[in-house]
Amino acid sequence: MDENPPMRVDRLTEPLLAFRRIDKGFFGVKVLEGVSFEVHAGCALGLVGENGAGKSTLMNIVGGNLCADAGEMRWNGGRYSPRSPREAERAGVAFIHQELNLFQNLTIAENLFIGGFPRRLGLIDRRAMGERARAVLREVRLEHGPDTPVERLSAGERQLVEIAKAMMGEARLIILDEPTTSLTTRETGRLFEMVRQLRERGLALIYISHNLEQVRALCDDLVILRDGQVVGSGAMSGFTLDRMVSLMVGREITQFFPTRTSRPSTEVLLEVRGVSQPGMVRAVTFELHRGEVLGISGLMGSGRSELARILFGLDDCSAGEIRLAGECLNPLPPRERIARGMAFLTEDRRADGLCLEASVGDNITLVALGRMVGRTKAVRREEAQAAVRRMREAVRLTPGARDGQPVKTLSGGNQQKVVLAKWILNEPKVFILDEPTRGIDVGAKCEVYRLINELAGRGAGVLMISSEVEELIGMCDRILVMNRGAIGDSIEPGQFDRERILRSALHSGVLA
Amino acid sequence: MAIGMRVDGWLPGWLKRGVLSDHLILWLSVAYVLGMAPWATGFVSVSNAQTILAYLLPVLVVSVGLTLVLIIGGIDLSVTSIIALASVLGAKVMSGEDGWMAGNALAVPVGVLVMLAVGLGLGAVNGFTVAVCRIPAFIATLTTMMFVSGFAIWVTLSRKIGGLPAGFVMLGQNLWVATVMAVAVTWLAHGFLSRTLYGRWFYAVGQNARAALVSGVPVGRVTFWTYVASGGFAGLSAILFTAGLETGNPEMARDNLLDVVGAVVIGGTSLYGGRGRVLGTVFGVLFLALVDNSLNLVGLTFYTITMVKGGVILGAALLDTARTRILARTG
Repeated sequence: MDENPPMRVDRLTEPLLAFRRIDKGFFGVKVLEGVSFEVHAGCALGLVGENGAGKSTLMNIVGGNLCADAGEMRWNGGRYSPRSPREAERAGVAFIHQELNLFQNLTIAENLFIGGFPRRLGLIDRRAMGERARAVLREVRLEHGPDTPVERLSAGERQLVEIAKAMMGEARLIILDEPTTSLTTRETGRLFEMVRQLRERGLALIYISHNLEQVRALCDDLVILRDGQVVGSGAMSGFTLDRMVSLMVGREITQFFPTRTSRPSTEVLLEVRGVSQPGMVRAVTFELHRGEVLGISGLMGSGRSELARILFGLDDCSAGEIRLAGECLNPLPPRERIARGMAFLTEDRRADGLCLEASVGDNITLVALGRMVGRTKAVRREEAQAAVRRMREAVRLTPGARDGQPVKTLSGGNQQKVVLAKWILNEPKVFILDEPTRGIDVGAKCEVYRLINELAGRGAGVLMISSEVEELIGMCDRILVMNRGAIGDSIEPGQFDRERILRSALHSGVLA
Repeated sequence: MAIGMRVDGWLPGWLKRGVLSDHLILWLSVAYVLGMAPWATGFVSVSNAQTILAYLLPVLVVSVGLTLVLIIGGIDLSVTSIIALASVLGAKVMSGEDGWMAGNALAVPVGVLVMLAVGLGLGAVNGFTVAVCRIPAFIATLTTMMFVSGFAIWVTLSRKIGGLPAGFVMLGQNLWVATVMAVAVTWLAHGFLSRTLYGRWFYAVGQNARAALVSGVPVGRVTFWTYVASGGFAGLSAILFTAGLETGNPEMARDNLLDVVGAVVIGGTSLYGGRGRVLGTVFGVLFLALVDNSLNLVGLTFYTITMVKGGVILGAALLDTARTRILARTG
């Protein structure tokens, strides 16, 4: 992984794509300011930056989804200002998004030709379609027939279909946005090999990722964006990981996981006894203490999120008992559990964490609003506004966001802070966090960790579910490892060890 | 802000402010009255204002109920059939000709209660099938509509019922009484939605029902009571309709369903849920009533007017998307 890529850039050639002082703003806030850099044919350029740094906006300008307010782009020496994705595509730009844009119900070949089917006598020429699809699939080394429905492919294979599609369109620049988040290690390896081959053939690549090691291993050049400006650019060999991180964040991150001064008490807050639900969890038993941060590790599908939903009352359990401060919660719906001090940050904040269309203020007060009403249930507005102000400060929400602004216009990290604010306002006793730092940038992660420690310091019990083992080791007092619905291992402080956690999670080899 | 202005340089500032105004439809109504006045004789007159008001009030009441349903992301197609059934059952109770309580002093209060109960009861049926049985609102309320409108005709053998007591007819024909009733419930619904905890729950359910559930909003209960309320508003609307026309009619309001949905949408309430205001609905009902009335005065037929109203509703929907786009650009 750490081999240094050869520098094969011929700086004398004209760049394929050049940005010249690009500006762009939304809601009166500058998102890009004077962005200039070049992308060369036969080169992979890494584009990194925190969420909200302006990467997506910049790529949307290249892809014809947005127009720059000022500045210009040059493509192959000429002016380039695509007014639609189709125009960009015709110029030779292929955009592979984080969430793939394939039609799952159609076959591979149909997806490849969706922009224009080969026709004979006005009808789709299935034979020509199959032949051309087979040829391009061979190139990306995908071992499926062109008639395979896309829904049967794994995430990595779908990625390859996207690349095949880009190659069919005779793309000259491929933009990959976080392509590896849903891939296995092997699939990632295959993707990288593919990317290197494309580069050999003289294509230009822009590779956007939060995984800095991967960017380092794969790219020749690097551009770092922060708050819409280029804060670092040049050959990859000039950047260490530390330097990349500190440029991205704008400050040295001295200590990633903040230390907690408080200790967990012996008082049991949440008591879980033999909780089972067929197909989801088996005989889960544990205790969560006041002031404790209890980690839950495990592979995807090991029952972690299912357990969280059962504890919160969103799903039923067929056996077992859940007690909060001695009171049995089993028959109670989420609403009653919240009233007793439970909080739940869900895995997917867009699906069930936030009302995206609603404002920052309305989202923050949604849970605790019941406390801010009079006898007629009329909301006491000043009180609600004051609470929103207080919470914004507590979670350090970006000062650029207005209370009335829709949450969907915020970056991922700030959205997550809104979810946290919503629950913290209700002063939870037991806080279940399912992947609290998924898809958010380094700076926001630190804030989330700080808030978790603060909650524990105030005597709350925190149940932290995460796929990132480092995060659990850095934050937790104790770690439970789930394996096929049951708790496979309980690791006490002082015995934290990455390898042991992974081994317990993988134990019995079912998910190899 | 400077950037937003530049992007939208093609729109003059006053026009953009107008398009973005919360009272846009009200301004359009005023402009329409001014523009139409020279062409439709008698359009601007006290007697015509009374005609418009008499037409508008019952439609307003049922539209307010439907606004609640649309805000939680639902739909209620049964409201006009509920009006029809409430109308004939109320009339059957009160009618001086062969009513069940003909001549009884309590006929009017009982009749009124029956009409409200029909609305609330059928609303509860809708609420139950949608919130508890989890049948899509479109199907649930469509079947209610089919059954109820059929039942209203069967129970009356397709005849209109007249001879309603004066004490009841007054509720619709005395415009002061009718206006006070309609304004009172509209004002209550407005305050409920914009100022109370429950109002916020309504919007949350419409914006993201899953997130609302996780956040402790009793989504099932909110959904159930929304349909009950919608039925109740339809019952009250039936009282105004029936009293205003002095007859119980099994086909009452049959042609009004799209007027009602149209008025709510013109008022800026989203069919996708989570967005809308009672005040917008008031403006929407007003605007459609003005169009309907003025075209009648000009001498267009019912069918031509329906076509024009369809165009108006489409125009309003287009305006709303344009508005959303400008808002997204400028904040």
